[in-house]
Amino acid sequence: MAHILEVKDLSLHYLTRFGQKINAVTDVSFTMKQGEILGIAGESGCGKSTLVNGLMGLFISPLYPTSGDVLVNGESLMNRNPDDIRRNVLSQKVSMIPQGAFNALNPTRKIKDIAADVMAAHSENQKLNKQQIYERLRERFDLFGMETEHILNSFPIQLTAGERQRSVIGISTLLNPKVVIADEPTSALDVTTQKVVIKMIFDLLEKNIFSTMIFITHELPLLRHVAHNIAIMYAGEFVEYGTSVQVVHDPRHPYTKALMGAMLSADADQKNRKPTTIEGAPPSLSKKIEGCRFAERCPSARPECRQKTQSMRMVEGRLVRCDYAE
Amino acid sequence: MQSDIIFSAKAISKFFGHGKKRVCAVNDVSFDITDGEIVSVVGGSGCGKSVLAKIMLGLYVPDSGSFLYKGKPITSTLDHWNEVQSVFQDPFGCFNQFFSIRTQLKDAFGILKNKPSKQEIDQRVDEALLAVNVKPADIEGKYPFELSGGQMQRMLLARIFALKPKVLIADEPTSMVDACVRANILDYLMKLKAELGMTIIFVTHDIGLAYYVSDRIFIMHEAKIVEAGKPENVTQNPQSPHTVRLLEDIPDINREWIKK
Repeated sequence: MAHILEVKDLSLHYLTRFGQKINAVTDVSFTMKQGEILGIAGESGCGKSTLVNGLMGLFISPLYPTSGDVLVNGESLMNRNPDDIRRNVLSQKVSMIPQGAFNALNPTRKIKDIAADVMAAHSENQKLNKQQIYERLRERFDLFGMETEHILNSFPIQLTAGERQRSVIGISTLLNPKVVIADEPTSALDVTTQKVVIKMIFDLLEKNIFSTMIFITHELPLLRHVAHNIAIMYAGEFVEYGTSVQVVHDPRHPYTKALMGAMLSADADQKNRKPTTIEGAPPSLSKKIEGCRFAERCPSARPECRQKTQSMRMVEGRLVRCDYAE
Repeated sequence: MQSDIIFSAKAISKFFGHGKKRVCAVNDVSFDITDGEIVSVVGGSGCGKSVLAKIMLGLYVPDSGSFLYKGKPITSTLDHWNEVQSVFQDPFGCFNQFFSIRTQLKDAFGILKNKPSKQEIDQRVDEALLAVNVKPADIEGKYPFELSGGQMQRMLLARIFALKPKVLIADEPTSMVDACVRANILDYLMKLKAELGMTIIFVTHDIGLAYYVSDRIFIMHEAKIVEAGKPENVTQNPQSPHTVRLLEDIPDINREWIKK
């Protein structure tokens, strides 16, 4: 089967006012089939959100593509102007569920007006009038099993955090996008609300509103339940890529191992286990980096790690960017 | 009354709004917290746990019931803050963007009654920064927006290291940061506790974190404490259905969490 999303050696950089180049994403490659859910995890500042912008073809200054290509259904998203992207790609082909629902919603407008704006901006060719748009909104929100009238006629501040996040998901998926990118959709919510939101996402998948999703978070246990495949990102690179069972239960890259070790759990046998900490900070991305990017913080680093650039290689069915992983 | 009781709450309630819109944020809550204890208050959003934290900080006065700090009601917040300090969720909301971080760490000493000399303040700020693994030279002349979220959260902790309070109230100190930084911050907090013998009150929605750090856990639901006890008992043998729900909702890698 053809791939719905193909990312080939994608590198992205920011250009600062002083002409400094920051290589936020380096050589990221992966493909996704229809119906696949890919989880991407990594610490703050590792390039997850930059990658999201790249996958949408949304290059707004100071973000620029360095090299590589992104293909959705065989159609390239590179080197197109933002207006073209807005009209023909966003919301229809690729759609994003943003992180903070409160920041994503205009506080001075009702949910139905925000949703109507989104539809109008991304489906100009369909020429819908306001009544038709509201009609579609009601249909869609009824599907979610939410109180449609209450939510559509409320201002964001009148809703609970869970309702807001679910409205945002509803709005993002209005035009049945081919690929949905969820950028930390639940990290601002408590565990109970998080479960409600994840249930809604699964509900939408089941009803075929969308089928392919990239789910970004820093909670690995959550990805274990949500994603089919997981990619771990560090300092702008993928360092491990495998199925969710492989990555969570049997991590091979030292960074993934450290991430798993830092998790806290309420299990009985976990009380006396000390969560692992990784000292230091990721390398600065404004300079060219020699050798392995994780070498400075790696507990099992060898002297040669600092010189030799590591590349992805197959280790027992998954890709790992470490020459010494077994 | 025992002298080593830090906070003593008897049937405290706190309401907001009037008439039909009256909302009860803390409803008939009683507890004692002894010196040197680490207590976690766990609950979902809107359960009243932050209001309880603000009552402990003296920012809210309960509408009914009695709330005592070391056997006396809180009369002056300034006196109270000499001994009770807090760490909040969003470090960017806690620092003024227009002043450098070092200036603000030094200004924090203004709250102390017997303010140390200028040299001593400088020295204590340096010590505090080293305690959270930041070289003082690294933040020299830096402003809050120049640092990452994890670094800023450490600056908040450095403030606590510098002031050395008797009681620390940490309101979701790790909910904005990723797992590695969270483990780091907990490490520093435990170091603080070992060094100063502080009483720490954690307010969090993460029962896993509460289980790891605390001596006692309070589970809050809809303004009431529905369960209180040792972490082992609360997590292994929960009595209240709300606790069971909280535990079930944590995505655990070894247990089925949600049906696909």
